[in-house]
Amino acid sequence: MKRAMHLNLLGVYAIFIVALLYGPVLLLPMFSFNDSIYIAFPLKGFTTKWYQEMATNSALLAALMNSLKVGIGVAIVSTVLGLTAAKAVIRHRLPGKTQIVGMIMLPLLLPSLFLGIALLIILRKVFSVDLSLWTIGAGHVLICMPFSMLILIARLEGFDKSLEEASLDLGENAWGTFWHVTFPLALPGVISSLLLSFTTSLDEFVIAFFLGGNDTTLPLFIWSQLRFPAKLPGVLALGSCILVLSIVIVVLAEVVRRRGVQSSKPTVF
Amino acid sequence: MVNNEDSVISLRGVAKHFGAVRAVDDVSFEIRRGEFFSLLGPSGCGKTTLLRLLAGFDFPTQGEILIDGQPMSSVPPYKRPTNTVFQSYAIFPHLSVAENIGYGLRKKGLSKRELAESVHQALEQMKLAGYGSRAAHQLSGGHRQRVALARALVCRPKVLLLDEPLGALDRKLREAMQIELRQLQRSVGITFVFVTHDQEEALSLSDRIAVMSKGRVLQIDSAARLYEVPNCRLVADFIGSMNFFDGSIKCVDNGHVIVDVGPAGSLCVPKIQKNVELGAEVTVAVRPEKVHIEWRAPKPKGNAIVGRIADESYLGDRSHYYVEVPGMIRRVCVAHQNAERFRRSIESHGRQVWLTWSTESAVLLPRE
Ligand SMILES: Nc1ncnc2c1ncn2[C@@H]1O[C@H](COP(=O)(O)OP(=O)(O)OP(=O)(O)O)[C@@H](O)[C@H]1O
Ligand SMILES: [Mg+2]
Repeated sequence: MKRAMHLNLLGVYAIFIVALLYGPVLLLPMFSFNDSIYIAFPLKGFTTKWYQEMATNSALLAALMNSLKVGIGVAIVSTVLGLTAAKAVIRHRLPGKTQIVGMIMLPLLLPSLFLGIALLIILRKVFSVDLSLWTIGAGHVLICMPFSMLILIARLEGFDKSLEEASLDLGENAWGTFWHVTFPLALPGVISSLLLSFTTSLDEFVIAFFLGGNDTTLPLFIWSQLRFPAKLPGVLALGSCILVLSIVIVVLAEVVRRRGVQSSKPTVF
Repeated sequence: MVNNEDSVISLRGVAKHFGAVRAVDDVSFEIRRGEFFSLLGPSGCGKTTLLRLLAGFDFPTQGEILIDGQPMSSVPPYKRPTNTVFQSYAIFPHLSVAENIGYGLRKKGLSKRELAESVHQALEQMKLAGYGSRAAHQLSGGHRQRVALARALVCRPKVLLLDEPLGALDRKLREAMQIELRQLQRSVGITFVFVTHDQEEALSLSDRIAVMSKGRVLQIDSAARLYEVPNCRLVADFIGSMNFFDGSIKCVDNGHVIVDVGPAGSLCVPKIQKNVELGAEVTVAVRPEKVHIEWRAPKPKGNAIVGRIADESYLGDRSHYYVEVPGMIRRVCVAHQNAERFRRSIESHGRQVWLTWSTESAVLLPRE
């Protein structure tokens, strides 16, 4: 009896937290179907016109394209760098390994505001690089790579290093061993790294703001639209789309990761 | 050193250091073509390290390894005529059993059919027929072990390196696999280098055994010689059990050495060493089963030591008596075959007994 009470209280608490976390987010899709430019109750009526408007807004589509370009590029670069770094850290006895890993992890801890300013100063004043999607991408790689490396380190640590030795022993050279053994076994990690880097880049605002120049990514575009009340429902529609996409990607990444963990359970002991 | 025809591996002053740890310390020996050679020693003595040097996963800090007459100092594992069976088996989890076994053959320029044929034969030979399409995680420990063996053997290596391949199996399976392994080695005629810390396993399987301790090789010999003629106290103690009598050399006569072992008296040992110095500190070693227990004082001949039975344990086929001898810290162990039923009716505890053995049964060892 007492136990049931206890569970009930816990349950209520859990529901409260979940509502607090996700309730506001759910307002987004709700108002995106509301037939009014004002974001206010009571709801007026159901419409999909904001979605139609969104689909014909060329500035928005351009920003979306920019974001996709940067996101895909960042995902690939950060995963490749993350994989090589993870392999170096795990399989080789590097001098100063902990320091190197620390340096790579540092951007995780730095507030992106300062990171953005610092990068801006370096790019403009030291290297006089013109700001563009490239500079945004470079900044994003900096903050995505630690994630990629962490994911891939965990993945590589998860399998026996004698698997790679067995491949060498059976006549494959280092390159062949990487492609026939290391990469297939790291694949679930590679995929989740690609997906997570992509989503991180997709909704990153601060660094894109500092390093963007005249090029606009989606978060920058959305922010610029917030000043015009008439545009707000369209932004909500866009936000809802991104929300759904993000959820799908994150769930996908997690499913792939879990499946990978299962299929490569240690084969002995 | 002559590189004689029948040695397939030569180690010359090989050492491997990990920082301050000398995992392998100045090791030199030869492994003969076609023999079943074991590396035996307690945990951490450097067996795996030595095997990895042979496989090419690590390279020696000092010294040189020759395989089939070729120096290996800059030869990577994928170019060596060796294959390895790993302790963890290292079966590729993303490949099927057949793909695992065929892995080493892909580089050998076989046609698709020849490859499939070889894999099929290997499956049959290792009694794995029908398992070809299974994934690694669908196999039992014994089957994994067979896959690992098959995968290495299809490559027809000159030397097969095995790192405690039976360690993960249960006792019964392990004994069955030992017999199979020995038969397999005879039938394929490949040199096996077998790492184990299980002395019984090493003794029953090997043509020759290298006993290792702290990175060094103490003795290399056949099982019988390691047991009967150990060359140092560590080997004598590690293989089987042994009684030790510390003393000093009193006199040397035709083929025998007399050792003074203090209050217990003097012992006579055959002289097998070339130079034996009078007064040198030595140890006399006798196996428990070579000692006879006498309940009455024997006629004075050969070795006889007086003591008192302090403990006894009945083991069915034999009994162990632990005899306290004046002047000795460790009790002397005597293994007595229970050849007749209920012979031990006499109350033995505390009784005075005489221990004797034939002179030829004792071994003279340097003191450590
Ligand atoms: N990569 C390494 N780095 C540092 N020390 C090592 C390394 N590999 C082995 N050692 C050390 O070398 C010594 C010998 O290790 P090794 O694994 O060869 O022993 P082993 O005889 O195979 O023992 P076991 O029976 O437990 O497998 C140990 O003290 C070990 O700690
Ligand atoms: Mg070992």
